[in-house]
Amino acid sequence: MAVVRPFDKLPALNSAAVLLVGSDESLQQKLAEAILKEKKNFKISIHLATSLPLPSERDHLRPRIDLIAFMIDIKSKYSLKNVEASLAHVDASFFLGKVCFLVTGVGRVNYCSVEMNAIWKLGEVYCSPVLYCELELEGIRVATAQRLLRMLQICAGHIPGVSALSFGLLMRNSADE
Amino acid sequence: MESEARTLPSAGRLSGAARLSRGPLFGRAHGRFGPGSGGPLPPCSQENADPQKTAFLLRKQWALYSVTPLYKFSSGKLREYARLLGAFIAAERHKGLAVQVGVDLDIQVTFSSLPDLKGSEQDHAAMLVQLSSRSSVSPKNSEEKLMWSGWFCCVSGDDLSENVPEDFTCLPLFLANGAESYVAIVGSWFQKTFDCRFRRLAISPLNLTWMAAMWTGCKVEKNASATELVFSVPCLPQPLDISYAIHPEDAKALWDTVQKTPGEITQEEVDLFMDCLYSHFHRHFKIHLSATKLVKVSTAIASAHCDGIIKFLQSKYLIGVLMLLTELAISQIQ
Repeated sequence: MAVVRPFDKLPALNSAAVLLVGSDESLQQKLAEAILKEKKNFKISIHLATSLPLPSERDHLRPRIDLIAFMIDIKSKYSLKNVEASLAHVDASFFLGKVCFLVTGVGRVNYCSVEMNAIWKLGEVYCSPVLYCELELEGIRVATAQRLLRMLQICAGHIPGVSALSFGLLMRNSADE
Repeated sequence: MESEARTLPSAGRLSGAARLSRGPLFGRAHGRFGPGSGGPLPPCSQENADPQKTAFLLRKQWALYSVTPLYKFSSGKLREYARLLGAFIAAERHKGLAVQVGVDLDIQVTFSSLPDLKGSEQDHAAMLVQLSSRSSVSPKNSEEKLMWSGWFCCVSGDDLSENVPEDFTCLPLFLANGAESYVAIVGSWFQKTFDCRFRRLAISPLNLTWMAAMWTGCKVEKNASATELVFSVPCLPQPLDISYAIHPEDAKALWDTVQKTPGEITQEEVDLFMDCLYSHFHRHFKIHLSATKLVKVSTAIASAHCDGIIKFLQSKYLIGVLMLLTELAISQIQ
């Protein structure tokens, strides 16, 4: 069972890969479609996984992963447990800006099954930004897709002068204020 | 849209921090303003309540509402309020907005105070509103029949009552039993008269897990009814509910192994308790209950549904349950 590492493969020219990890496959699919619909000037590959570790047999075919988005649904405690268990299979250097937590279901407090504090803590402990959204609403899904795409460009090194780490720090500073 | 999505987390974070721990029994909170500030808890206030006077509240389904503070409410004028509300209902019926058209019913309104339902000194006495009918054809020999009742209460709602300006009365929790159309009429009269707002109070699955844990920990008689948790499975073509019943003594034994400091409950303990139940279920049925939505909790103490319906079963724990519900109502208004 392989640990996902950010730098163990060479990057491919003008392309970027994002890995979406979450237990709700239909939401994952919808988000992936929204990302693909966005206009972009590079080749993107989106990898979907319900949990980590990724199977090791096809590892040589997989491109270098530039960004991992862990999807948590506040309506399902299982999704949080699943993400917590998956985090153990991620190499520590990924947390230098190449991981984010995508929290969906926000705004439906009456359906909340997880403690928001636990999610917020997860972001703190893993030094990674927490993005709140509602993927079931189309407008927010599109906005989230655009946001992820922009982060992916940064994490893949397509934006001159901004690295994943500096972007992550920027996000942290704005969140602390 | 975007800004809406962004403001929510901070609210969530606040309420999250507030729920870190609850005090004794169903307590309120050391948590709300951080540890330490909670001070000693009211000494077992449930003992004070006379079980006879509140017995009629038990074993009935109450729909929950949150109510913003009432402006210029005076508990000395209950008789007058009853008369005014009665006239208002009669006028509404006259307008053709009647609840039951054609039936000539004389609706009698009574307001009364329930001074026993209190948690702390600052709490305002609870108030009961009852609508009863009497046939106007033969008013003499027919008995009054209770049609609808609703009550306002505040149990240890100091967080709210300490922070409202003068002239406002805090009774943040409203419970109604009977036809919903009467809630609308009575509610609109209160809204007009006291400039307050009613909102349905739903209970989130997270809060239901708190109730499951807290009520499991209470001592009850030997032959108490089973602790039952009902889960609804999302994303299926037809609705599927899973009912999970546990012998109350087994549930209590589990809770006793989970709880570290008696008299205080933390979120971690509640999570651990639920996780134990989930993993037991998973071992037998290979179903992750944590991926479903908890919709109902029923124990020997009370039963609660996520739609905001509660049934009290033990007068001994009435105040304790109301304390928690008051806390939820306050967090909905604030």
